[in-house]
Amino acid sequence: MLVHSRTGKWAAWAVFFVLFVPLFAVPLLVILAASFTTNWSGAFPSGPTTEHYAAATGGDSLQALTTSLITAVSASLLALTVGSWAALAATSLRRRGRRFLDALFMLPVAVPSVVVGLAVLVAFSKPPMLLNGTRWIVILAHTILVTAFAYSSVSAAIVRLDPMYEQAAASLGARPSYVLWRIKLPLLLPALTAAAGLCFALSMGELSATMMLYPPDWTPLPVQIFAATDRGSLFTGAAVAVVLMGTTLLVLLGVARIRTRASYR
Amino acid sequence: MPSAPTADVRPGPSGSRSVLERRTGSIDGPRKPVEGPDRGAGDRRIPRFVWALPPVAVLALVFLYPLALVVQQSVSPDEGGTSLAPYGDVFASESFRSALTTTVWLAVGSTAGCLVLGFVLAMVIAFVPFPGGRAVARFIDVFLSFPSFLITLALLFIYGNAGMANGLWTDATGASSGPFDFLTTPWGVLLAEVTYFTPFVMRPLLAAFSQLDTAQLEVASSLGAGPARIVRQVILPDALPALAAGGSLVLVMCLNEFGIVLFTGAKGVTTLPMLVYSKAILESDYPAACVVAVVNIAISVGLYSLYRMVSRRVGA
Repeated sequence: MLVHSRTGKWAAWAVFFVLFVPLFAVPLLVILAASFTTNWSGAFPSGPTTEHYAAATGGDSLQALTTSLITAVSASLLALTVGSWAALAATSLRRRGRRFLDALFMLPVAVPSVVVGLAVLVAFSKPPMLLNGTRWIVILAHTILVTAFAYSSVSAAIVRLDPMYEQAAASLGARPSYVLWRIKLPLLLPALTAAAGLCFALSMGELSATMMLYPPDWTPLPVQIFAATDRGSLFTGAAVAVVLMGTTLLVLLGVARIRTRASYR
Repeated sequence: MPSAPTADVRPGPSGSRSVLERRTGSIDGPRKPVEGPDRGAGDRRIPRFVWALPPVAVLALVFLYPLALVVQQSVSPDEGGTSLAPYGDVFASESFRSALTTTVWLAVGSTAGCLVLGFVLAMVIAFVPFPGGRAVARFIDVFLSFPSFLITLALLFIYGNAGMANGLWTDATGASSGPFDFLTTPWGVLLAEVTYFTPFVMRPLLAAFSQLDTAQLEVASSLGAGPARIVRQVILPDALPALAAGGSLVLVMCLNEFGIVLFTGAKGVTTLPMLVYSKAILESDYPAACVVAVVNIAISVGLYSLYRMVSRRVGA
């Protein structure tokens, strides 16, 4: 379309792959390759092994995986509840109120995650609400960070919702709570599951705020990866990173399946 | 009492359907004010805004209150009392100034890199289609769901002291060490940030390009415009809003990036988030950490508001 000549097309594709492959594809492949090797001092990795996976799926790393999963699932569910409640409440407000809620719930995106971690640490280390040193402080920080994404995806879906359905239901005498349960939420289900997947992925990879406040007995996977690379075990770090990416992808795929099934209903 | 319909929702010709679809909520304009007496028998006595209060209260307790404490902490030095002395100390320190400069130039440099790279890549995907282009677009979506520090980890294997690139070099030339030694400098961070954040520019660009009527390109081309001219005069003006929105989002995210810098592990590269972390966790100097945090919040919230304004203005 833009380039008509054959050579021009090939040139454009060549530029694309010269930029795309080393920058985006190679890094992920390199991590995958490194997780299976004992030694990488030349051009190519050598000494194929799976023992890093034994380390990455047992002991501390297994603990870290369950920690990450529990944290991500609870943070996503909490964020989804708060975020979609706020998004649903915002639609019934007038313009000014809606914009206020928008700004308020998008604020955690703008504040650096390290600062969110610091703020939570400062606020919840004192007696009235003493969470420091427990797992709850990590879950709380993750919830704060991902709520904005739950809010924005659900409210984007609400705007696209056809108001005919709820108006029809309401005109037939359905009460607002009934309309919400039987009309709005089922119609929003694809958006809700998509938001849940997004929140889960973000929480699985969250490092900045977690570094500020994780207690010694609640170390999620990213912290584990950092600890491994920091003490020089790059290959174990790579294996744990592959476990992290694989788990995230599996859950995202599962969520996408729910989504397609929901949209065919 | 009825909220005035916004300027862009008046029923227009059929061509404005997308606008209508986006705002269908207010199509019936003045007749759908929220406190209409005929709507909802159950919540007659409860004003609508009450439903918004629980989530706002939760957010205020777990987010706004902690932020307020950070601001308060930043003006309460260890000796007690309230003073701006911590600000004076921090602003005077060399480490803060260099962190501020490093953060800003890294963020600006990475954003510029992401914009150029993202524009070129998105343009090839959209306008010089090739088999597998859709798979590439999906790969970019997957890329976005991975944490940023993985890029730095990968770069360690590629450009590290004993990595792939240096290995290739020593194998080829027989030298004892390779030429690539930039990972622990700001350039390593820059490369990682450009890699990680480029997809954030490409996504809005691809969305914008899919709306562009390709007939425009054909017409321009049939009138004799070369590809360079089409890009400059047809594609670029159309892509500007998406570029502005994506670019300012990436700028904010680069300013706040922590994982990439932490994994780089370079003493020489300290950004503001890194400084917050080292002051608070490594030195336990909370007032100083809070001062840096307040500065960081001010910069990124300011820029983020600008981003929201830009993206609302252009409707992206």
